[in-house]
Amino acid sequence: MKPSPFVYHRPTTLEETLDVLAEVGADGKVLAGGQSLVPLLSMRLAAPAHLVDINHVGGLDRIEVRGGGVRVGATARHAAVERDDRAFDAVPLLRQALVHVAHPTIRNRGTTVGSLAHADPSGEMTAVLALLGGTVTLSRRGSERTVGAADFFHGPLESAVVPGEVAVEAFFPAPTGPRTGSAWAEVSRRHGDYAVCGVGALVTLDDDLRVAAARVGLISVGPTPEVVDVTEALRQLAGTLTERALRTAAGHASAASAAGGGA
Amino acid sequence: MTTAMMGEPIARREDPRLLSGKGRFLDDLGRYALGVAFVRSPHAHARVVDIDVTGALEVQGLVAIYTYDDLAGPLAEPLPLLIPHPALTHGRTPYALAKDEVNHVGEAVVMVVASDRYAAEDVCDRIRVTYEVLTAVVGIEAAREAAHLVHDDVPGNLAAHMVQEVGDARAAIDAAPHVLELDLDVERSASTPLEGKGVYARWDADDASLRVYTSTQASTSVRAALAAKLDLPPDRVEVVAPDVGGGFGVKIVHPWPEEVLVSWAAITLGREVKWVEDRREHFVSSAHERGQLHHVRVGFDDDGRLLGLDVTFWHDNGSYTPYGIIVPIVTATQLLGPYKPGAYRVEFSSLYTNTVLVTPYRGAGRPQGCFAMERTMDAIAAELGLDRAEVRERNFIRPEEMPYDHGLLFQDGRPLIYDSGDYPASMEKLKKLVGWDAFESYRAEAREQGRRVGIGLACYVEGTGVGPYEGGWVKVENDGSVVVATGLTTQGQGHQTAFAQIAADVLGVPLDRVTVTTGDTRRFRYAVGTFASRALVMSGNAIAAAARTVREKALRIAGEALEADARDLEIVDGVVRVRGVPTSSIQLSTVAVLSNPLRYAFDAESARATQFATPADPDKPPVAEGEEPGLEATGYYSPPRATFANGMHAAIVETDPDTAEIRILRYCVVHDCGTLVNPRIVEGQVHGGVAQGVGGALYERMVYDSAGQLLNASFMDFLMPYSTEVPTIETDHLETPSPLNPLGVKGAGEAGVIPGMAVFASAISDAEGFPITRMPISPSDLFHLRATHPEGAS
Amino acid sequence: MTDLHDVALTVNGVPRSARVPARRLLSDFLRHDLGLTGTHVGCEHGVCGACTVLIDGRPVRSCLLFAVSVAGATITTVEGCCEPDGSLGPVQQAFWDCHGLQCGFCTPGFVTTVTAYLDENPDPTQDEAREAIAGNLCRCTGYQNIVASVLRAAELRREVRA
Repeated sequence: MKPSPFVYHRPTTLEETLDVLAEVGADGKVLAGGQSLVPLLSMRLAAPAHLVDINHVGGLDRIEVRGGGVRVGATARHAAVERDDRAFDAVPLLRQALVHVAHPTIRNRGTTVGSLAHADPSGEMTAVLALLGGTVTLSRRGSERTVGAADFFHGPLESAVVPGEVAVEAFFPAPTGPRTGSAWAEVSRRHGDYAVCGVGALVTLDDDLRVAAARVGLISVGPTPEVVDVTEALRQLAGTLTERALRTAAGHASAASAAGGGA
Repeated sequence: MTTAMMGEPIARREDPRLLSGKGRFLDDLGRYALGVAFVRSPHAHARVVDIDVTGALEVQGLVAIYTYDDLAGPLAEPLPLLIPHPALTHGRTPYALAKDEVNHVGEAVVMVVASDRYAAEDVCDRIRVTYEVLTAVVGIEAAREAAHLVHDDVPGNLAAHMVQEVGDARAAIDAAPHVLELDLDVERSASTPLEGKGVYARWDADDASLRVYTSTQASTSVRAALAAKLDLPPDRVEVVAPDVGGGFGVKIVHPWPEEVLVSWAAITLGREVKWVEDRREHFVSSAHERGQLHHVRVGFDDDGRLLGLDVTFWHDNGSYTPYGIIVPIVTATQLLGPYKPGAYRVEFSSLYTNTVLVTPYRGAGRPQGCFAMERTMDAIAAELGLDRAEVRERNFIRPEEMPYDHGLLFQDGRPLIYDSGDYPASMEKLKKLVGWDAFESYRAEAREQGRRVGIGLACYVEGTGVGPYEGGWVKVENDGSVVVATGLTTQGQGHQTAFAQIAADVLGVPLDRVTVTTGDTRRFRYAVGTFASRALVMSGNAIAAAARTVREKALRIAGEALEADARDLEIVDGVVRVRGVPTSSIQLSTVAVLSNPLRYAFDAESARATQFATPADPDKPPVAEGEEPGLEATGYYSPPRATFANGMHAAIVETDPDTAEIRILRYCVVHDCGTLVNPRIVEGQVHGGVAQGVGGALYERMVYDSAGQLLNASFMDFLMPYSTEVPTIETDHLETPSPLNPLGVKGAGEAGVIPGMAVFASAISDAEGFPITRMPISPSDLFHLRATHPEGAS
Repeated sequence: MTDLHDVALTVNGVPRSARVPARRLLSDFLRHDLGLTGTHVGCEHGVCGACTVLIDGRPVRSCLLFAVSVAGATITTVEGCCEPDGSLGPVQQAFWDCHGLQCGFCTPGFVTTVTAYLDENPDPTQDEAREAIAGNLCRCTGYQNIVASVLRAAELRREVRA
């Protein structure tokens, strides 16, 4: 399985990138991590005439904690975001979900912004963005726009990115509230596989340690990530949580405190 | 330093090379060869109406395009049907390139030769084939119903129908106090070695000779097939299996269309040509196996003893039958396992479907047979409220009943006679290893924690070391090194170590002086191949025989040189010496030199053998009558029949009450493959087989839609286990040596996989409280099954 | 349309270069253009891991990279995991000691993956060792001895350090 021929572009600045993208339009695809794109090219399921490699554009691999959340640049690798302690402190859900994205070797190259733009219905980061109410910034020659998560995922493998545009940054807002915790769980057939179902959860407790707010973001249950407010449902359940569920929760909590992490 | 090699877990000699990136796999060869790609049918069943190559002619790098119309003579005839059988009344094989019709997605239609694989694929992209799409026959039910046919001239899609019986099973069942019926379903999986197929061919025009490297399990047979198909004298064709990245059966069928076509292209173009299969091609154009439906009727007494067993099964043989009906025959005969069936009747129908070929995959029909027998045993136990191990023990063939003749014909056409084995002892070991008797208290503990666990077991017997023969050649060189060759092939079984151990042990030389070559027709000409867990039994014994002959000759020559009786001599560390008199000795290297009386000396060593160097008897010829020069010999091993290994596995699983996920908590293996040459290699083979058993039980399934499209033709969607899916494997073993060969060895290559489906079905059934009759099983499958079994644990 | 690009990389400490089309996968570049056939290709869709090489010490799938895209990078292949004198490095030695390979086709991907892993996690538990290799497929060994090889490699590396 070898890709069809293409014209290769290797811009070194964002400006150059946007110029090329404006020229090639729908005949071009952006190459960032390539972990999803290259297999498609090799299988000849996609055969763009132009490939615009943004891996050498300066400054696109930033990971910053700024403006109330984590800002991830277009070429920041999953592995880098996963390792970033400041990012973890601000938005623990990022690392909690990232450890489930494929295998570490894939994460060394795949990009978080790239996986958002790829919009796979079983992509963990799509639900993380949706659950946190994050945004993606799209640039084109001469303009830039920011799209909220609710409007970013259009369908399976379809995002808001249009020809001529490149996603340059994603913003993951930090969850608010002093007693807010997050977690990610998924069921997959094999370790590291696409999730059969994946859930990110945000729970905020009030001063009396009762559920004040709770919502979940789901992958692999529909064409795009789904966010569901489960505050009422959890309030009903509290007091009737099964023995098994409580035991599991207690197990997680003690493991987390033994490891010295977790908020 | 000891030269006792047999039974030692010696580190493999082939490893340093493979670990340093110095392996020589097919695609590592032929750096300057032309590349090949194929246009393959996108339809499961269609007539080829037109092939338009005009759009492809200007593609950069194009060298040649071939279709069926370019083939002539034997090349234009269907590929060989390797194993004919009287019951295979409607065998069919493909043409090297589709002639009028295609019968599975992936069948080769056009061959493109280009500067490299990239360019070849570019050319393929621009070739337009027009098809008239026909209705595809997919699945055993559709094949059996035969509303549509795969081959127009094969009524009922029936390739073969066969009945074997011993006693009157139906009468025995009718008269039995208890009768049960089971319907069982095994889905298709495949070998999927990490390296696909590949062929690299070189034609030497000056010499009019062809050398073909191919990633095969049967280089000698490929040679014969190529010579026939290309109309070449066999002596002008050499076939070499290089390092092969796994076979597991899929590389036993031959010749592949590509083996024939790539060789032919090399001759036609006068250029080196190489084809390397990609992963998608492997899924749609190599071979699959395992798909069968079984209906079992069993009659038994109050103690659970079998009185009669009547099995009817339907085997999906895919679109063609180049390997004949070996797989269903193996199922039919190996189904019996370690038990006495009372009367036995087995009937199978081998059916065509518009899917990829079905040829042996590790186990080769045994896993399906084991599944049928073991589910039956569990069903009997459930019916009578008996312990599942107890029921099996009551039906075992006892060691004192060996050899045990089942009265059937095995896959080698020879009587199915078990030569040795101690099934009660194996079972005792297994029960101890897994803690069978203590399980109920473990289950009770787990239940208190809200956990659902189950234990299962499964037993099998495996006929190994089938004939007709293998050969070995052993030679001691003038420097004392030993070269060994055998014609069968290697795909990771450690032959270069195990065979060297045997030769070194027999000859009394250090292991590191022995080099082994396998699968190269230049080095050994007569062979069958590596399959059916036969390599160690066959080639091991042949090499031992050759080495014994060399040893005898060496002792005779050394005796003459030392003026000692050959019977008083021993060989230790490559030195022949008089037992108890170490000063009276001669190097084996010197013996080698002396064995070849020379006129011309090439070096200091050979000078010692020249005509004036040593005193000679003037009346005796330098090479005595019946003798040959050189310290070498060829030996063959051809057993009257197979030798039967056996094993028993047990597994403890946990199923999630909510999500129906299945976790393997423990996996235990007791196996008996007779004498062990290299225990570490044997254990490695078992481990690999167990992993494939896990795959076949819980993950691997070829998913065809009703149009015959393979929906999961990639590693993303065809799920093979990673390390996290395979449990720690606990093993114990028994050695009941084979009385049929001098080394006492039995085969072990397939052992690990045979009971996989059966043991997991047994364990999951035990956890859930209802029978599992279909494999593989996913959490989703289990979830839905629970809904239909309200009597179960939930 | 097939422009050729000069691709220069450092591979196993040695500057290497070749002139290739943009679509040349790194796996093919290493194997065919540079003649380093130790890296193997099992699937070309990033799942099996046989093609794993190290870029700046981190494992990546070479079948999912274009050579031209990583021009200038520092790459380590299985060949580069040997000692300077060509003898086996600790990871390779461990695999040999533990019978961690059979056909050897998947092995280069494991060697590079494990080399990188132990650089970051020199003392794994058995569970961690199993998890470390969970992204590489092997069809021959059933993984038992590969897990053992990871632990043995950690041990050998400790011995070297001591």
